[in-house]
Amino acid sequence: MKRNTALMLGAGIAASALLLSGCSATTTSGGGGTVSASDISKAMSTPTTITFWTWVPGIAPEIASFEKKYPKIKVDLVNAGQGGAEYTKLQSAVDAHKGAPDVVQLEYSELPSFEVSNSLLNLNPYGAQSLKSDFSPGPFAAVTNNGEVQAIPQDAGPMTFMYRNDILAAAGVKAPTTWADFATAAATVKSKTGASLIDLAPDDSAEVLGLLQEAGANPFQYDGKKTVTVSLQTPQVKQVADYLTKLVASGNISIDPDFTNDWYQGFAKGNYASWLVGAWGPDDLLGSVASTSGKWTVAPLPQWTAGANAGGDWGGSSDAVMKSSKNPIASYEFVKFLNDSNASASQLTLNPKSALFPTRTSVLTSSAFSDQSIAFLGGQKANQVFANIAKTVNPDFGYLPYMNYASTEYNDTVGKAITAKTDLYTAFGAWQKLLVAYGKQQGFTVKTS
Amino acid sequence: MTALSLGRSNTPTPSQSAQRRKLRATAYAFITPFLIAFVAMLLVPIGYALYLSLFKTQIIGGSTFVGLANYLQAFTDPQLYAGLFRIMLYLVIQVPLMLVLAVFFAFAIDSGRVRGGKFVRLAIFVPYAIPGVIATLMWGYFYGNNFGLIAQLFRALGLVPPNLLSSQNILGSMMNISTWAFVGYNMIIIYAALRSIPHELYDAAEVDGAGQWRIAWSVKLPAIRPALILCLIFSVIGSFQIFTEPSLLQPLAPTTIDNAFTPTFYAYNLAFVNEEPSYAAAIAFTLGFAIMIVSYVVQLTAQARARNS
Repeated sequence: MKRNTALMLGAGIAASALLLSGCSATTTSGGGGTVSASDISKAMSTPTTITFWTWVPGIAPEIASFEKKYPKIKVDLVNAGQGGAEYTKLQSAVDAHKGAPDVVQLEYSELPSFEVSNSLLNLNPYGAQSLKSDFSPGPFAAVTNNGEVQAIPQDAGPMTFMYRNDILAAAGVKAPTTWADFATAAATVKSKTGASLIDLAPDDSAEVLGLLQEAGANPFQYDGKKTVTVSLQTPQVKQVADYLTKLVASGNISIDPDFTNDWYQGFAKGNYASWLVGAWGPDDLLGSVASTSGKWTVAPLPQWTAGANAGGDWGGSSDAVMKSSKNPIASYEFVKFLNDSNASASQLTLNPKSALFPTRTSVLTSSAFSDQSIAFLGGQKANQVFANIAKTVNPDFGYLPYMNYASTEYNDTVGKAITAKTDLYTAFGAWQKLLVAYGKQQGFTVKTS
Repeated sequence: MTALSLGRSNTPTPSQSAQRRKLRATAYAFITPFLIAFVAMLLVPIGYALYLSLFKTQIIGGSTFVGLANYLQAFTDPQLYAGLFRIMLYLVIQVPLMLVLAVFFAFAIDSGRVRGGKFVRLAIFVPYAIPGVIATLMWGYFYGNNFGLIAQLFRALGLVPPNLLSSQNILGSMMNISTWAFVGYNMIIIYAALRSIPHELYDAAEVDGAGQWRIAWSVKLPAIRPALILCLIFSVIGSFQIFTEPSLLQPLAPTTIDNAFTPTFYAYNLAFVNEEPSYAAAIAFTLGFAIMIVSYVVQLTAQARARNS
């Protein structure tokens, strides 16, 4: 889902405490073989408490209905921070072999980082393969590693072009549908209204990765074992990088860091006329920039060739069971209930507090979902737009098993080039160089293409 | 040791020695809780970090013993040197500036000529009572380029606001936060030292014909030298440990504050982002030694100067 904006400091203190709390290497796993129905009914009628780390707001009612269905199981809900803040804590807990939750929310991009340390429970013996047909193919592919299902999809982040009707109208431009039009529109919006058509945050690799995905690039691959491939010097990357280099140099767009107080104020004051963001974007602005409610419309991303139909993802997360969990059956049944039972999955989607974009097909096709009109978007039935975009997202898009490192080094290379308004393709080369060196240093076999 | 030498020079009667032993046991009993906490919370973690620093940890392959290789790497690490260079700038710019201000305020309040002296004292001291995290977040809001308080003030006056989060200005912006937070703390220490100067010295100086400035220079300043040295050493150590500012301002200035902005911040990121806890431990140890050496040098030079004068 949304990226991390929380304080790293708290994470650090908690993490060091975990690190110092010792190194007892005791992990019990669910073991091999298939779990039988009697195992499940026994586990679900034994008094058990499972710990669940998530940052999804408004998830408590779903937990309550799970506890109602299985009165013996108690779910301990912990918000361990959003995105990076949570991953740092989880990594420390994994390293310390202590303090990890039973169930954890992980973005798809983060799964390889925990697969590599063999920290996620293989859900195949619990019957996860049979859920495949319930979900959109993209997200289910993202949670499957070499045939092992390692998490259950929770939400997706199909990227949308979300724009302010009033600002575009004041500038007299129509919503651009190609990137060429987009650059022209940016110039017009700037000269007529003083607003920036977009803010390209120099600290958001996820946003730019989504644009690379749309352009058909697949910069990262991981084979689930020891080999990673970094491909940031390809024609597709060059296409996006060169375009953004010109757009940044034109001065018609903003280059402010995102998710800061200043940035939200920028939206509230109409400094930014649009946002290229995952389907969770409207919800993110709903709370902090409520004054602009009703002025927004969502549309597919501008395309590289007119009439094309390509999409990208920003965000989207799953719920995984940790291998160290002492209650693997109850944990699996919980993530299954949360994301695969129709009632719970549609609740999480329709509840305006959580507003997750669904990955479960039955929810995606339900009229309750597709006919929902969203007040923040001026009553637009935006879910239909998102659902169509989701179908166009290139599913062959991987991530590195060290995404946390990759995103911080992005700021130091590509981000710096955005701030300095220099050539971005060169900066992508510098980023690749760092990612290759780090991968080798960490013992991976690193390929480039 | 002292007890032993005492015992030899002064043969005790049996009852005396028994009493002394009992005393000693009581003393140990009293310091045991401290010792336990000291060992568990300080020595054991330090030992563990030292142990960690002798290994190399890899995501693939786990950890292998490498001896002092991490330390050798630290000595040739340009990122660590970049961080240390920033600390040096802090030491030569922020610390003197803050201490001069602290001395000035302390003298002003001590002179009794400032109206509302008690209020001024409190006002300058209050920032120290604000937790560093909150202070940094607050200043972060002030520094915002578009809607920060400072930028808005500049615009209201029709001026172009400076980018306080740019790579040229960021260190100055951090120095401002540290100075704001700690000037009151140092002022209080110096003020306390000033209050303990016997009044007769001032009277004697006045009889000798010294004016207020002469008294400040020749009586007050020498008298508060130990307090000043204390403040200086605290500030030196504090500078080496700058973490909150880069950590909390990074989201606002992601491309100017890198992960190695200060050595402590570097160590933190090595451990928790780069997953190189061993190298982080080595950096932390190197830094600890550097702090020890620098504080010792500061103390020695200050004492030597005191002896010379």
